[in-house]
Amino acid sequence: MPRDTVIKLLFATGPSINTRLLVAVIASVALLAMDHGSPRLDAVRATLSVFTDSLKYLVDMPSGLINQASEATSTYSTLKKENEILREEQFINKTRLLKFDALEKENIRLRALLENSFKLGEQVLIAELISINMAPYEHIVVVNKGTRFGVHPQQPVLDANGVVGQVFRALPFTAEIMLITDPSHAIPVQVNRNGLLTIAVGSGQLNRLNLPYLPANADIQPGDLLITSGLGGTFPAGYPVAVVDNFNPADSKSFINVTATPKALLDRNRELLIVWGNKAPVQLLKDQTTDIKVPEVNKYE
Amino acid sequence: MNNYTGFGRIFFTLVVAMCLRILPWPNAVAAINPDWVLLALIYWTLAIPERVGIFYAWTFGLLVDVLTGRLLGQYALAYSLVIYLCLMLHKRLRQFPLPQQGMFIFFCLLLSQFLLFLIKNLQQPGEFPATFWLPVFTGTLCWPLVFTLLRFVRRSRIFK
Repeated sequence: MPRDTVIKLLFATGPSINTRLLVAVIASVALLAMDHGSPRLDAVRATLSVFTDSLKYLVDMPSGLINQASEATSTYSTLKKENEILREEQFINKTRLLKFDALEKENIRLRALLENSFKLGEQVLIAELISINMAPYEHIVVVNKGTRFGVHPQQPVLDANGVVGQVFRALPFTAEIMLITDPSHAIPVQVNRNGLLTIAVGSGQLNRLNLPYLPANADIQPGDLLITSGLGGTFPAGYPVAVVDNFNPADSKSFINVTATPKALLDRNRELLIVWGNKAPVQLLKDQTTDIKVPEVNKYE
Repeated sequence: MNNYTGFGRIFFTLVVAMCLRILPWPNAVAAINPDWVLLALIYWTLAIPERVGIFYAWTFGLLVDVLTGRLLGQYALAYSLVIYLCLMLHKRLRQFPLPQQGMFIFFCLLLSQFLLFLIKNLQQPGEFPATFWLPVFTGTLCWPLVFTLLRFVRRSRIFK
């Protein structure tokens, strides 16, 4: 330990604390002004995130270890049972897909007849949730895939049941995902039954979406499935979003209060799918450890 | 007795505070999770004001901004202002008994939270739940614990 640093300085050296404060305040305000609503400081954030992301992985480690331990200690019979269930599910899904293929071809033929453009080939990447809590009141989760895997902001994120949200911010090693239930999130949807278009806004509760822009005479019923409409460009069309809850149509207002329950298991799943919804799909990622360059993806039109 | 506190020790406590900040608490606890980083920074400023000051506050504020996905600079600004107050008043604060110190800590946390509220509101006006202010109270209640723990860290020879 250097000897001179032990001695407390009786008289301050360097700039006074007033000057230091002034510099700090000016620097902070400059950062705030530059970072607000533009990607100018993304490089700075990405650099600093190398340190903070390692903290995120560190905090996530215990829960990851518990998961692994429970997997390692599960008995042969449970594994066998699970295996059987999965095999059955896979069989059913495969047969469904057979039909789906035919339907897809038919759809393309019909659209060709109508001279309507149709985009296929959505590429997905499986990302795992990092269990941390960044800020209360905001429904933002963090996953373990970032720009190193070609993830970029505004990509849709799904799970096996429906739409989860969209990539809000992509850092080198992690990505922040805004859930569809975040109060500042809105997703364009349509009613699957009749194609009625509307917008589903997050409510701040994990099990509810609001549909505030429906006139009182809108043709919507409890139990209707809401799917993405593809308008707005962020979400590809046709993915299930939510199911309309019971509501009271007797209200004599010009707009009705309709709520819906998200299909995705927002508070339970650990694995999410990040989607590239573009015409020319990017290459499948083979080796996860290497740095893979993904071509610049155009936004889904 | 050699009372020198190395950079490693200060850094270690601040990193632990940052981890506590993002620990996956259940939602009810997350809403009242106090600002551990600011509490730790206040402690170190009061303990060794000749070394921990506005520079530390600004740097770790920026890291917390990145950590919690905020606009860059908002925690940096709040922490710098609070630590400036601590630097101005540290000689008096050291003489205060713990309850009186608690009052000051409460004021510091309130100031920081108020600045965050202002910036958040400028960025995106909206309704704030009343629970937004709860971390200020829990932070004040946690101050004696933080104070005792960090004093132990500062004085013990384990971390040398």
